[in-house]
Amino acid sequence: MSYNVNEKGYYGKFGGAFIPEMLYPNVEELRQNYLKVMAEPEFQKEFNQLLKDYVGRPSPLYFTKRLSEKYNTKIYLKREDLNHTGAHKINNTIGQILMAKRLGKNRIIAETGAGQHGVATATVCALMGLECIVYMGEIDIARQAPNVARMKMLGATVVPATSGSKTLKDATNEAIRDWINNPIDTHYIIGSVVGPHPYPDMVARFQAIISEEIKWQLQEHEGTTKPDYVVACVGGGSNAAGAYYHFLDDEDVQLIAVEAAGLGVDSGESAATSVLGREGIIHGSKTLLMQTNDGQITEPYSISAGLDYPGVGPMHAHLYKSGRAEFISITDDDAMTAGLELCKLEGIIPAIESSHALAIFEKKQFQPNDIVVVSLSGRGDKDLETYIKHFKL
Amino acid sequence: MNKINQKLQEDKKLLSIYFTAGYPNIDDTVNIIQNLENNGVDMIEIGLPFSDPLADGPTIQASSTQALKNGMTTEVLFNQLKDIRKSVNIPLIIMGYFNPMLQYGVEAFCKKCQEIEIDGLIIPDLPVDVYHDEYKATFEKYGLINVFLITPQTSDERIRYIDSISNGFIYMVSSASTTGAKSGFGDEQTNYFERIANMNLNNPQIIGFGISNNETFTQATKYAKGAIIGSAFVKHVTNGGVETINEFVKKILI
Ligand SMILES: Cc1ncc(COP(=O)(O)O)c(C=O)c1O
Repeated sequence: MSYNVNEKGYYGKFGGAFIPEMLYPNVEELRQNYLKVMAEPEFQKEFNQLLKDYVGRPSPLYFTKRLSEKYNTKIYLKREDLNHTGAHKINNTIGQILMAKRLGKNRIIAETGAGQHGVATATVCALMGLECIVYMGEIDIARQAPNVARMKMLGATVVPATSGSKTLKDATNEAIRDWINNPIDTHYIIGSVVGPHPYPDMVARFQAIISEEIKWQLQEHEGTTKPDYVVACVGGGSNAAGAYYHFLDDEDVQLIAVEAAGLGVDSGESAATSVLGREGIIHGSKTLLMQTNDGQITEPYSISAGLDYPGVGPMHAHLYKSGRAEFISITDDDAMTAGLELCKLEGIIPAIESSHALAIFEKKQFQPNDIVVVSLSGRGDKDLETYIKHFKL
Repeated sequence: MNKINQKLQEDKKLLSIYFTAGYPNIDDTVNIIQNLENNGVDMIEIGLPFSDPLADGPTIQASSTQALKNGMTTEVLFNQLKDIRKSVNIPLIIMGYFNPMLQYGVEAFCKKCQEIEIDGLIIPDLPVDVYHDEYKATFEKYGLINVFLITPQTSDERIRYIDSISNGFIYMVSSASTTGAKSGFGDEQTNYFERIANMNLNNPQIIGFGISNNETFTQATKYAKGAIIGSAFVKHVTNGGVETINEFVKKILI
């Protein structure tokens, strides 16, 4: 079985491009060009140069001594939190802004939930001198004020999404509607491995640098390119897709996807799509999503804005259904506790999204010799407010 | 013969109206349909509301959100339409996004449509090739016409392909936009209307998006078999209520 996308844009039965005809020319232009452009040596050179000099890659693969001792196994952290702008999101926006330039686009749109992808997009637009419009749910704008300010400082226009539930899924709808209304000059930088084909594959390829580095870094540390486990949190699934990418077809490497259980998977306040979702269509992709019996998309909940998405990327739907990846869901409380533990044991303040991935060590026992690589997708600066409230700091 | 095909053979320009089922009030659906027919409308698109209508502008988004709040579901709509053919003769099309149909079951959905004598479907986010490979046979089994959209950006080659798998009419989106976004047609639109008219397609074309009054209706139907009004009608019903539908239609067809 292959876990990569096929030539029609599907991962198993998931994926495809379920888009209105109005979007067809835009998406088709991208589909016809993305692999060709990415293969150009000039593109590769520019992409890698920016990842190195601007983003600060390679990001370290750090062996945690005290955390490993506590859980009696070998835990490595892939330090995406040390990237410029503080998360893995920038790997994708660097790639896509170069793509947009190659396609002759001069206007960039994006959606954002917590604001991390919005900031990463505003950053690369500033870098390239392109116009940037970020759609963000009205409710998220109110609860993520520092990131809204960052985007503005970087020269982006932040447009509130006031439709539907006024959060990430609606911001994504608004970005798609903008693209329908501006089909010629605009590129839509989607923020995760979601949306119509070729987006999930393109974003996964830009994030694949994460697992590419893990391989040679692990060789240096352990004399093997293969971890026993790769663990990542999944909102849409881009940091996970990047961390898994070069291990997908090597079944010796076990993949663990961590979803946000919110207040608990049965509480009605959750974002654990693999448990609560059914097959359907969201944002142009056939995948697993949370919905009513009647097929209306429902609003998820998680303490972490970056995991608060009612779907998952089609790659992950396939990894789940095929059993290739193990899916674990972690509650708000357990994630927060694990985040604080990393602060105390390793001196690293993680993003709450990443804290979900760290919380699995309380749920799952690993062998002392297991090599477990955790994608530390982002840093916790943006979440201080939430940490302060939660722990009454 | 399917009522859509019959209607398309009539020697006149067709006015088709879109409305959101279950809006403004949950029980307005049948009333609106009857009212539209009685006032001389030729064809109706019954909007099955969806939580995330990607191709729609603010007016239809808002009506959809309200309809869902009112309790509209696929099942409720089918129940409301159960006896619709006792009073209504004009072609009826259900327009909705694909996910609610997928959850109902595409075959079950089509079967139900046939039972209540729905004539066709418009599903903006069901791509042409997926329809062709996976669902065409089912639609045909239940006598349903599937209507595809084209836009000013659609290539001639793709239009020919869409024409070849259509069996009713082609829905010409007037400009690159979501519903209700633009009003009035400029040179760009009339050039596009002319280009399509000159292609001599097998299927007649009906123009939608941006039609709101007699002027735009007349302009559009100069080039096409008919025109569809959506947002402007939904706005009218929002402001004036269902009782004033006759005023709206009269102004279009003067
Ligand atoms: C730090 C961090 N991790 C993870 C995510 C979730 O996204 P994805 O699942 O695409 O990696 C986000 C999204 O905002 C994020 O900011």
